Amino acid sequence: MTTPIDFKAQLIAEFQLNETRLNGESRSPLHQRRRLALTRFEQLGFPTIKNEEWKYSNVKNLISQPFSLTPPASVTAEDLSSLQIPNLTGNILYFINGQFQPQLSTIVSPESDVVILPFAEAAKRFPEVVETHFGAYADDEKDAFTALNTAFAQHGVFISVPKGKVVEEPVVLRFIADARTENVAVQPRNLILLGERAEIKVAESFRTLGEFTSFTNIVTEASLGENSHLEYYKVQDETEKAFHIGTTQIHHSQSSQSYGTTVTINGGFVRNNLNLVMGGENVEAHLYGLYLPNGRQHIDNHTLVDHAQPNSYSNELYKGILFDQSTGVFNGKIFVREDAQKTNAYQSCKNVLASGDATMNTKPQLEIYADDVKCSHGTTTGQMDEEALFYLQSRGIPKDKARALLMLAFAEDVVEKIKIPAIQEYLESAITRKVGEI
Amino acid sequence: MLKIENLQASIGEKQILKGINLEVKPGEVHAIMGPNGSGKSTLASVLAGRQDYEITGGSVEFDGKDLLEMAPEERAAEGIFLAFQYPVEIPGVSTTNFLKTALNEIRKYQGQEPLDAVSFLKRMKEKMKLVNIDQSLLSRSLNEGFSGGEKKRNEVFQMAMLEPKLGILDETDSGLDIDALRIVAEGVNTLRDGQRSFIVVTHYQRLLDYIVPDFVHVLYKGRIVKSGTKELALELEEKGYDWIKAEVDELV
Repeated sequence: MTTPIDFKAQLIAEFQLNETRLNGESRSPLHQRRRLALTRFEQLGFPTIKNEEWKYSNVKNLISQPFSLTPPASVTAEDLSSLQIPNLTGNILYFINGQFQPQLSTIVSPESDVVILPFAEAAKRFPEVVETHFGAYADDEKDAFTALNTAFAQHGVFISVPKGKVVEEPVVLRFIADARTENVAVQPRNLILLGERAEIKVAESFRTLGEFTSFTNIVTEASLGENSHLEYYKVQDETEKAFHIGTTQIHHSQSSQSYGTTVTINGGFVRNNLNLVMGGENVEAHLYGLYLPNGRQHIDNHTLVDHAQPNSYSNELYKGILFDQSTGVFNGKIFVREDAQKTNAYQSCKNVLASGDATMNTKPQLEIYADDVKCSHGTTTGQMDEEALFYLQSRGIPKDKARALLMLAFAEDVVEKIKIPAIQEYLESAITRKVGEI
Repeated sequence: MLKIENLQASIGEKQILKGINLEVKPGEVHAIMGPNGSGKSTLASVLAGRQDYEITGGSVEFDGKDLLEMAPEERAAEGIFLAFQYPVEIPGVSTTNFLKTALNEIRKYQGQEPLDAVSFLKRMKEKMKLVNIDQSLLSRSLNEGFSGGEKKRNEVFQMAMLEPKLGILDETDSGLDIDALRIVAEGVNTLRDGQRSFIVVTHYQRLLDYIVPDFVHVLYKGRIVKSGTKELALELEEKGYDWIKAEVDELV
């Protein structure tokens, strides 16, 4: 009989072990921030399904598995050949088990347009900037996974676009979990800073190698200066044994814009939090999501749009097709604070249950404290449109192909929002392949 | 070409078709008329292979093959085309792409090579003229936001593209003004080549002024109760359906 795993205790011990290796660095403000986060994590512990935010997503299976917390990162370009995105160009950064791999990565944009650095290096080169923004946006007081990530923050990327710079080439972050020889746990931490009028496209892509279990706990914080524009994409295609918990926290200054698109093709247990705060007026934010779970996959998207200031606009569209015995969750929270008059906030979630055994849980939550606002929400969950299917069949298109055509068309509303052509094409073919095989 | 014998079909517990007999030979145009709820649209749907209906008896042969054994896409590939009464809106699929897929699937079934892009476009241009349909409409999502007239024109356009042996028009005239009706009917008439056959399902005689049928059948309570030539349609227009209903109900 094996002793039960105490993942929490293991993590705390690991933190303390790391601390002894830090020498003088342990007194740095950055480390003090980490230590605060660890304390919070100790107090919070892992959430159970009694926690309203985790009602449909049980992390019990995740925390009862043994993981290597410091997995090696020895992957060759050849190992990655099956994970390539064809025709992808731009700044492409590889992270194997969280660690940046300069020999596999390409940075093409000049540093005068955008500073792209591994997180630890940025903390050394720009300590004040990192100290100011690190942990300033993502909530580690209530969210145990964010606290955990903050405590262990070491790997990941720092992206900073100076005032007025428009970065033409996208930044694509490829996070590969290498689970070929053991269960691995990785905690990347990203910080994206946009100066006034700066513009950039950042994509995070997640893949897994190997058959062991992987656990990714990622936090991305983005701070958008006035009139800046962020395109942020999260693309997940991991194995059935991959656990993924991620929080992306976007803080908007006045007149900034963000387009956040999350596409989950595959994953075992996925929880994505996309949180936005309108910290200024005239902000425009778009949130799109697509999820296609099959088998026993579980995909949970939580969004939070906090209209803290007046005159801002948010628009949200999440779509899902659920196969087999898969489950999906959509929880969309919109806050309109008392001062946030003239807010326009829209939310829509549309789901197709492609199997009688699939389950979708949707929960729109609108909390409105201002009186002069326009807000709407709607969720639909239904079967495949049989009449549309018959229409296509009656024109000679075989049923399977007609089904795939309709599903791809359903997904296209979201996929077309990804303005990196190579990733869009990669997704279209991945979706076509997936719906065609099922 | 098409031989329907004692066809019976029901939806749930309700029997809709109670023994239809009809033979359509190459080049013929048959009009199916009848009061609301008589089973006209059911007949059209059953021939195209809609799943909602259960076939409880009888047989349908198409070019010597058992039609009722075939999936809807096989029927289409064998040469049956149903112009829908309510064409379906399909967001995200353009008419052009959809038709290219459909045409090439049918060609594959028939053992032909797919049509290359140039020949496909050439055929499109040629057939667009038939129903006066605009290119911009065809690049949009299939039927999405189309007016009633545009949807029906698109049905006839699709029929022209796919060149079936038998075209079934299910109340194609419903919701059309006289100009749209004329365009749609002219499109259909161009497709009458002496070989291609049509079944025209309609409630009103009006469409038959433009698409002149060889035979007119009256469907009532799931049976063909009267057959004749185009003059029968005129008689129905003049006298309505009540006299036929009375005749039939008297016999029962």
